[in-house]
Amino acid sequence: MYYIDPHIHMVSRVTDDYETLSKMGCTAMSEPAFWAGFDRGSAESFRDYFKQLTEVEPKRAAQYGIQHFTWLCINAKEADNVELSREVIAMIPEFLDCPNVLGIGEIGLNKNTKNEATIFLEHMELAIKYNQQILIHTPHLEDKFQGTKMILDMLTDDSRVDPSRVLVDHVEEHTVETVLENGFWAGMTLYPVSKCTPARAADIIEMYGPERLLANSAGDWGPSKPTAVPDLIFEMRRRGHSEDLIRQVVYENPIKFFSQSQNFNFVRPDGVPVPSIQ
Amino acid sequence: MENTPTPMTADAVLDREFLEMRAKILELAASFDRLDRGEGGINDDRRMELIREALKLLEDPNAGRAEKIQLLFSREYSGSWRNEFGI
Ligand SMILES: [Zn+2]
Repeated sequence: MYYIDPHIHMVSRVTDDYETLSKMGCTAMSEPAFWAGFDRGSAESFRDYFKQLTEVEPKRAAQYGIQHFTWLCINAKEADNVELSREVIAMIPEFLDCPNVLGIGEIGLNKNTKNEATIFLEHMELAIKYNQQILIHTPHLEDKFQGTKMILDMLTDDSRVDPSRVLVDHVEEHTVETVLENGFWAGMTLYPVSKCTPARAADIIEMYGPERLLANSAGDWGPSKPTAVPDLIFEMRRRGHSEDLIRQVVYENPIKFFSQSQNFNFVRPDGVPVPSIQ
Repeated sequence: MENTPTPMTADAVLDREFLEMRAKILELAASFDRLDRGEGGINDDRRMELIREALKLLEDPNAGRAEKIQLLFSREYSGSWRNEFGI
């Protein structure tokens, strides 16, 4: 089955992973800008990172028949440094016209601090000003519930934000309902220990239905599994779910959400082009 | 939001997961034994309190146990956070 991984950090993966993902049916992926595992020293370091995301990775992916899309921002962890964040935000418009940029992300909260919230709001302004879609990182473990509620407060308090153009990632059992109820898209991250397992993601699909639900691997430099989406496909097949239902979550839903971005010039492997909506 | 009920019967789920559930409970039991064998007292540790609370939630006869356990391990949310932060 063809699938799309809507949240994966390929800069941290070796080229062999592209090959494996391609063989498993991955036809496209989107890579949000995130934390490198260490705090970067200057805005120029982000400029290089954005070049990597907009120039290098699409080429690396294309060698294996995978279309690579990306999202730009300064991640929630480094956003605690307000001065650096503002320099990076000021630079982002230079890259918004790159052909694989889908929007602003993954912005969010990490430890739910005042600085992080301040920079979240400034990213929101940037997205509104340039009519960009938004991809959101919600915090982990004990910070997730509080942080998700805070993020939803900031989004829903601003009538200029269209929830159908916002994807809230890393939802779990205690956050998925409120995200969907408010009209946002919700992404389940299949990640060992700190996030969701394929079985629990399948449970969430059973409990809330497939509408506006996505699944991703978030494969990155940490202990993660870039092939986690095929694991979910396998788990759902084992339970006897229909191919249509599975395809909706892992393929049609990402296409539907991404199509709201001007730059989503996705070519279906069957040759049918997907027109972008905006 | 319309749900999509699991196509598996309860019997089929139990057949598939019995050994897995048994193994997970054993892992927990062994962890508690390991904690006992270690030196030092952890009984007043807040994390042990949370784990004991979580074990009680497992015995809750109502659905939504996973969500309840998630909430148990979560920091509290206050609706007035924007005022508190002044943003
Ligand atoms: Zn991420």
